[in-house]
Amino acid sequence: MSARYDAIVVGGGHNGLVAAAYLARAGRKTLVLERRPVLGGAAVTEEVFPGFKFSVFSYVVSLLRPEIIRDLELPRHGLQILPLESTVTPLDNGDYLASWADPDETRRELCRHSPRDADAAVVFGRLMHHMAMAVKPILGMVPPDPASLSPSDLAGLLKLGRHFRSLGPERFHALHKLMTMSSADYLDEWFEFDPLKATKSASGIIGTFLGPRSPGSAYVLLHHYMGEIDGAFRAWGFHKGGTGAISEAIARAARAHGAETRTGAAVERVLVRNGRATGVALASGEEIGASIVVSGLDPRLTFTRLVDPKDLPEALVDGVRRYKFRGSSGKVNLALAGLPDFTCLPGAGPHLRGAVSISPSLEYLERAYDDAKYGEFSRHPYMDIVLPSMIDPEMAPPGKHVMSVFVQYAPYHLNGGWTPTRREAFGDAVVKTLARYAPNIESLILHRQVLTPDDIERITGLSEGNIFQGELALQQLFFLRPVPEWAKYRTPIHGYWQCGAGTHPGGGIMGASGRLAALQILRSAA
Amino acid sequence: MLKTSPFHPRTAALVRAQTWRRWAGYQMASSYDPLPDREYAAIRSAAALLDVSPLYKYRITGRDAMRLLDRMVTRDMTKLKVGQVYYTPWCDGAGKVIDDGTVSRLGETTYRLTSADSSLRWLHMNAAGMEVAIEDLSERLGALSLQGPLSRAILSRLSAADLSALKYFRLLETTVRDIPVGISRTGYTGDLGYEIWVDASRAVALWDALIDAGTPFGITPAGVWALDIARVEAGLIMMDVDYFSAHHALIEQRKSSPFEINLGWAVAPSKGPFNGRRALAAERARGPRWSFVGLEIEWDSFERLYRAHGLPPQISNVAWRSSVPVYLGGRQVGYATSGCWSPLLKKPLALAHVQAPHFGAGTPLEIEVTVEHHRERAHAVVRKLPFFDPERKKA
Repeated sequence: MSARYDAIVVGGGHNGLVAAAYLARAGRKTLVLERRPVLGGAAVTEEVFPGFKFSVFSYVVSLLRPEIIRDLELPRHGLQILPLESTVTPLDNGDYLASWADPDETRRELCRHSPRDADAAVVFGRLMHHMAMAVKPILGMVPPDPASLSPSDLAGLLKLGRHFRSLGPERFHALHKLMTMSSADYLDEWFEFDPLKATKSASGIIGTFLGPRSPGSAYVLLHHYMGEIDGAFRAWGFHKGGTGAISEAIARAARAHGAETRTGAAVERVLVRNGRATGVALASGEEIGASIVVSGLDPRLTFTRLVDPKDLPEALVDGVRRYKFRGSSGKVNLALAGLPDFTCLPGAGPHLRGAVSISPSLEYLERAYDDAKYGEFSRHPYMDIVLPSMIDPEMAPPGKHVMSVFVQYAPYHLNGGWTPTRREAFGDAVVKTLARYAPNIESLILHRQVLTPDDIERITGLSEGNIFQGELALQQLFFLRPVPEWAKYRTPIHGYWQCGAGTHPGGGIMGASGRLAALQILRSAA
Repeated sequence: MLKTSPFHPRTAALVRAQTWRRWAGYQMASSYDPLPDREYAAIRSAAALLDVSPLYKYRITGRDAMRLLDRMVTRDMTKLKVGQVYYTPWCDGAGKVIDDGTVSRLGETTYRLTSADSSLRWLHMNAAGMEVAIEDLSERLGALSLQGPLSRAILSRLSAADLSALKYFRLLETTVRDIPVGISRTGYTGDLGYEIWVDASRAVALWDALIDAGTPFGITPAGVWALDIARVEAGLIMMDVDYFSAHHALIEQRKSSPFEINLGWAVAPSKGPFNGRRALAAERARGPRWSFVGLEIEWDSFERLYRAHGLPPQISNVAWRSSVPVYLGGRQVGYATSGCWSPLLKKPLALAHVQAPHFGAGTPLEIEVTVEHHRERAHAVVRKLPFFDPERKKA
């Protein structure tokens, strides 16, 4: 078998596509192989019900690195991000808490609940801006290994040290707290209005098996603050045509640079000879040669499925075994005949163009977590709800709507395991909880798609349904992601690389892992 | 007291932040929301509804109507067919631009001219000795611009006319729920879009019909701020912002020929006598001293200027309209007159006047950027206009 490609990327998720685009851009003959009929991994748009298009899994965008947008000229290939302007939290007393696009409106709204918090929010926003600025360089950096004495690692550590020193004590201390505290404790230092703390802390639990009172959740909060759109931190948006259209734009950019993409091509294993990757074998039996194989799959699949773990050092295999996935979230996609009518804000107001957060109190979130801790899905879960058809009407037939409900907690390891009955019971819990705030919801549902972590794993391949390819917990971040000593996209097998969100800097439609991996590969080959 | 448009009863109720502005003596919405992000997004993603009634509008009829217009404007009016629209500038005798607008041929001897500035006197002066009637419809005719990829779907629900057969820069007469209207496939956004012309007495009914039919398609009332971003992306020039009318310019240097403002394509190389013909022929032969081009500001250099102050780049949600110097190797070779952050192209853009020979596409220049009270220079590259030109515009 001859090497037909310079590089094969296993998995057509957005990081795999980004890696392929950068490799092709550097002149490497590159092939992307995707098992499913559609490219994008967890960033796919599918017509689940006739006429209704869903961002089936990942549903909003903010973290996509601006340098990737520029390097790959994504706007030319179809990138189009639409504003997602508000967040409304319905409260149990029939009132609501809103954050609007206009800062004065937001301030006045917050003043209704707590004038003190309204002031604090401004200063908190400034601090979060500084934190995002502090972390931003790290997102574009191959993690240096603090245990190594190699010149490149030392240079990286030195750069990092200088960067942190330049922050000054106030910001450094804040960063340290964010890295170690729970989001609830951290927010307690700032705010008094409980629904505000609950809604803010919600971004600290997304995708992790942590509650708002679990230490470490503050970092996930920060991870979601690192998003920037057009230079504005913490700006979130919708992609025109759903998140699948982002994957398509990246794929088009990759193809414009000469990369090939194949769907319906499941890779069975990576071919290894004498400690060197030589290509891949497809489930169909076809073998394709390449001098470099890049896995966009998560660490478990990369190190224990695609290759024989016996060929790998014991410490690595053990590290991967201990690496935490523990999928904790599900997704409910609803095709609606009309608009939901929220009791707290009746009618078709501007709040329907933004997010609706079901996070009425910290206790509500913590209790939702308690259910999951003991192996059950939350009877009353945290939900992040958006109606993409309000902003992009082409997602649904005229006058009809699609609703995307991100739900937490739904533990992968459910007591007794996930069954179709349990899945629908989970869907029922979601709709029933939603109906507490929008009573007409049940009468509007034309179709319901319920996705448990088990479904997410089955459809996308993400182990244990973890949306970040592994938790964003401090012990598996930066030079520890996925495993110490193997955090630089390299693997012990020569020519075999990793580029998924299971590597630094991790989850969200960010593309940074794919880009950094490709740059490392190109550097090592140069 | 500023005038209000025939749509004012509806638009006034929607201007949440009271962000009004002047436009040709009218009080018009800058934006309906405090910021124009959503209104701009509608232009590129769904459909935006813009009140463009402040345009001046004239109806020109009679045996010599075509002769009058052909004498006045730079394009060849003998070629304009019934049901067709031309965009064109018009010049004084020295070949300097007075205004730009559209000429629609509504019938054999019936035309409609739109302009940014009042043009009645100029029309009458050019009509000397001709058999022609000139009627100022400016206040009697309301105009709405429906722009965006879903604009056709919305209009098709309201009108029996076959809009898919209406080509770019063509027009037709039809009714929208019994309201007689003219629909032209024109606009100021560089996107798929239509302008709808209606008698002022039926303006509010037309607005209501469009909102009603357009809501399932995400129709969004949009103001001048959103329009301004779209027109910069589309590379469309604006009088009093990007150039001075020869009738307003206090000094000669402020006047521009069509060649100097990227409208050379609209000067017919061979047609009968018209205002400025000789001067323009000479300029065509000589080559223009200036050109009006797109500048794309390089992000890395832009970001570096801010990073030096510990700041992320500051990006405004609205377009700017001011004169900003453009340099080549330390020497000023031009000036930008408008610009914006393009939410679609993810780049800072500018429209600029650049001296010969520095206006070729790809020429690296520098543009002044004020960062933290300091005047700095960012790298910028000359780009051919428009910056954004989707297929759907003409498809």
